Amino acid sequence: MSFFYYAWDWVTTDANWHGSGSIPQQLVAHLGYSGLPLLIAALIAVPAGVLIGHTGRGAVVVVNVANAWRAIPTLGLLILLAVYFGFTLFTWLIPLVVLAIPPILVNVYEGVAGVDPGVKDAAKGMGMTPWQQVVKVEVPIALPLILVGLRTGAIFVVATATIAAYIGLGGLGRFIIDGLANSQYGPVAGGALLVVILALLVLGLFSLLSRLLVPAGLRGTGRDNQ
Amino acid sequence: MMWSWIPSNWSQIWELTRQNAFLGIVSPLIGLAISLPLGVVAARWRWFYPPTLVFINVVYAIPSLALFIALIPAFGLTDTTVIIGLTVFSLCVILPNVVAGLLGVPASVKQAATAMGYGPLRRLITVELPLATPVIIAGLRVGVVSSVSLASVGQIIGVSSLGYLFIDGEQRDFPTEIYVGLFMVIALAVVCDLILVGVRWALTPWAAGRNRVPGSRPRWALATALAPIIQERA
Repeated sequence: MSFFYYAWDWVTTDANWHGSGSIPQQLVAHLGYSGLPLLIAALIAVPAGVLIGHTGRGAVVVVNVANAWRAIPTLGLLILLAVYFGFTLFTWLIPLVVLAIPPILVNVYEGVAGVDPGVKDAAKGMGMTPWQQVVKVEVPIALPLILVGLRTGAIFVVATATIAAYIGLGGLGRFIIDGLANSQYGPVAGGALLVVILALLVLGLFSLLSRLLVPAGLRGTGRDNQ
Repeated sequence: MMWSWIPSNWSQIWELTRQNAFLGIVSPLIGLAISLPLGVVAARWRWFYPPTLVFINVVYAIPSLALFIALIPAFGLTDTTVIIGLTVFSLCVILPNVVAGLLGVPASVKQAATAMGYGPLRRLITVELPLATPVIIAGLRVGVVSSVSLASVGQIIGVSSLGYLFIDGEQRDFPTEIYVGLFMVIALAVVCDLILVGVRWALTPWAAGRNRVPGSRPRWALATALAPIIQERA
């Protein structure tokens, strides 16, 4: 297929690996532009999801907001902010954080809320404090779903960071947007291929994480919930 | 916000909305058409499902823009490129729901249908698929809403959609156009979602909160008799 032909040809061209705006630079930039919003989103959404799942308060709001979130066109949101504020840190950071929160929040909430009530009672009956119940029982049991949420958020951020190249963000999307502007299919295909590889690496990383972190007795319980 | 821009450009806004709706609705419908047979196969022969699920997870991780670009050499800068991309993503959210819906049909219901003399195909079409409808439509709703929204990304490779209003608005530094685009995409997604809720309501006359019109015949007699079971799973 000619996509792979163009992509491979461009990726293996030595000149694209050196100098400013080279492949290694943009790859590292893409990781930074994806990692930072994911980290911020996780720091907000994981505790919030645990709290909502544990108390059961606000669940209806969470589920509905998460559904509505899918309807927001990321491209439009990014462009709107860029037109108002120019290209600043917040123009790209805020949309990426805002859009990564719902998948994490919903999965963490569902994981914690779905813990068998019998198990919760047992934890309480053993004299655990509410904090111990959450940290030692509910979160470990919810871990497969928490990881699914983080994985979905990560994949979403990597994809959206690509689109954010349109408003001037660096990273692998630069090759795509600049290539399209110059009608060169080589960098467009090459950039797309690298983005796909990066997304698959993220997927692999999370499947490795779930192998390492999820208790043996719980493996295979992670349902998908995009 | 320049309100007067809207009426004077309404015909263009409407045309882009129609185009966006076409891309966003046709794709998940094709996705559904592919998911139904695949889902039936996966629900019947379980070994088929885990590898399919891995494949779906991998495909779903591909950024939409990258997938569109990969399809350009084969299909050009056309609707087809965007429709194929969106169909693939829809498939990823619809297929798991088809499988879950079919596996969620209680064994006792299937046994009852078999005992009543239903063959495998008739049982599938008149009993299992209707009972799986709420779960399948839940997947279809996610597919349609995401596709309507993602169709706007196709504008980056030049395929016409409401994304035009974003990109044109950016180039002209004209926020009104971007607001209109955002509003139309979200409104379109909400309208499609509500239509699907209506379709589910029409297809599942036994569901909670419905009073049957006296004298009317239930569409699926067996399913109606089993309403309490279904309500638990819906």
